[in-house]
Amino acid sequence: MQRILVGIKRVVDYNVRIRVKPDGSGVVTDGVKMSVNPFDEIALEEALRIKERGAAQEVVVATVGPADTQQQLRTALAMGADRALHVQAEGVVEPLMAARVLLKLIEREQPFLVILGKQAIDDDNGQTGQVLAALWNRPQATYASKIELNGNTARVTREVDSGLETLEIDLPAVITTDLRLNVPRYVKLPDIMKAKKKPLDTLSLSALGVEPRQQLKLVRFEPPPQRQKGVKVKDAAELVEALKKKGLL
Amino acid sequence: MSSKILIVAEHEGGRLNPSTAKCVSCARAVSGAEITVVVCAADAAAVAAQAAQLQGVSRVLTLENPVNAHALAAVLGPQIAALAAPYNLILGPSTTFGKDLMARISGLLDAPQVSDIMAIENERRFRRPIYAGNAILTVEAAAEGTVVGTVRIASFEAAPGGGSAPIERADVDVPLPTHTRFVSVSAVKSDRPDLQTAKRVISGGRALGSADGFKILYSLADKIGAAVGASRAAVDAGYAPNEMQVGQTGKIIAPELYMAIGISGAIQHLTGIKDARTIVAINKDSEAPIFEVADFGLIGDLFEVIPEIERLLG
Repeated sequence: MQRILVGIKRVVDYNVRIRVKPDGSGVVTDGVKMSVNPFDEIALEEALRIKERGAAQEVVVATVGPADTQQQLRTALAMGADRALHVQAEGVVEPLMAARVLLKLIEREQPFLVILGKQAIDDDNGQTGQVLAALWNRPQATYASKIELNGNTARVTREVDSGLETLEIDLPAVITTDLRLNVPRYVKLPDIMKAKKKPLDTLSLSALGVEPRQQLKLVRFEPPPQRQKGVKVKDAAELVEALKKKGLL
Repeated sequence: MSSKILIVAEHEGGRLNPSTAKCVSCARAVSGAEITVVVCAADAAAVAAQAAQLQGVSRVLTLENPVNAHALAAVLGPQIAALAAPYNLILGPSTTFGKDLMARISGLLDAPQVSDIMAIENERRFRRPIYAGNAILTVEAAAEGTVVGTVRIASFEAAPGGGSAPIERADVDVPLPTHTRFVSVSAVKSDRPDLQTAKRVISGGRALGSADGFKILYSLADKIGAAVGASRAAVDAGYAPNEMQVGQTGKIIAPELYMAIGISGAIQHLTGIKDARTIVAINKDSEAPIFEVADFGLIGDLFEVIPEIERLLG
């Protein structure tokens, strides 16, 4: 079966204003709205569109994390994924660990394409896709803004610092999504009901043969330095004068 | 223990990208570090010569191979991983080049990566922004083993020139994949300064209304020698190309002067400009969050204010 595997991460919703805990041990997540990482929604949307075009038969979503990450898998099922895999893990899941888990899922599911978000908006690491491609010894096409599948290859347009780069990659491969790949669909209420009946399997790390490992110790969280609030100027002339005075113009 | 640091050079068209000199500054924060820069290219001579001039660099290695003509992470990764053994720390810039490549190296070496290093306390301890810069995290790696890192280039000044490090040819014997092939790159060539290194940047938001609306920014930018950036909203709307996007998922910049024109100032945008020395905001909406961080705020119609500024500058 032509299958696409999509990674889903539960993150603090992008509209939430983050607060660091006073003791520096983390950020406040109690009572805070959690969502699917926006780049992962884009990854899932792309997989669904590929399936709807007839170029794939099944879209499987997967996450690694504690029990409540299942809420985000249900959201993904409501968006249209066929089934979900929840790999249970407590504590910090570093990119190397997430990639090792995903590699095990790839061995089980044999996808022809793995689509991940280019980064999660909580830790902003931006590593898992590339690490996974390295461990899998397969191509990576990061920061995708366009994906064209042609049989056993894909042409991927990437958003790079200098403009747009196009790569041709052999499949299977890992692609990570950038913002402009697509606009994810909204979930409709009947789909949420339907999603409750879709299969969601729970797996343990030990069943997959992955040892938990954390290599970077999180020493301290701090709020960022705040910029001083500035002044209002009344018109262009006052602005130009102020900037000239500071030697900026 | 003396630290050995390997820096992967970024370059284009025979020119070393300034991001590499910033990585060297980051590495120099580790006292007594021995810094090696590696240049992967089809023909590395010109770039290696530029890297050799950066102060603090003790040695430049070249990995010359026709397949290195384009920076493909799947092709460069195994070559750099093959050189990695002697180094405690392997750094690249947190640009799309470095972010794509360094994490591949992290996977190949099974070594943890610290992304977006903004400060280096010692070769094991780093500070980095998370949550779009709304928190700063200090992380520490175990005493042993290689660490891979990407350097947040807005956090470091470029290392000065004037050095003369020896240049050596490195040879690695590793199988290189052919499963990833470069097709093309469409880069808009511009005479304006590079967005990531410009001293002055003028950015536009959705209030510019169209690609045509951006023309008044280009005109002012050319008058004051500024680069032009854009908010995500403006890029999404097609007013400006993707390489102009400034913010959490676009470019992180630290110019001396940043002018945000018709940009409301979503947190994802603000994280890209926090290190700017002076921020100017021009917006019709007096409630726009951009005014919270602006050193100079002007409430007004940008289509009147921008031409007026240009006129005042003569």
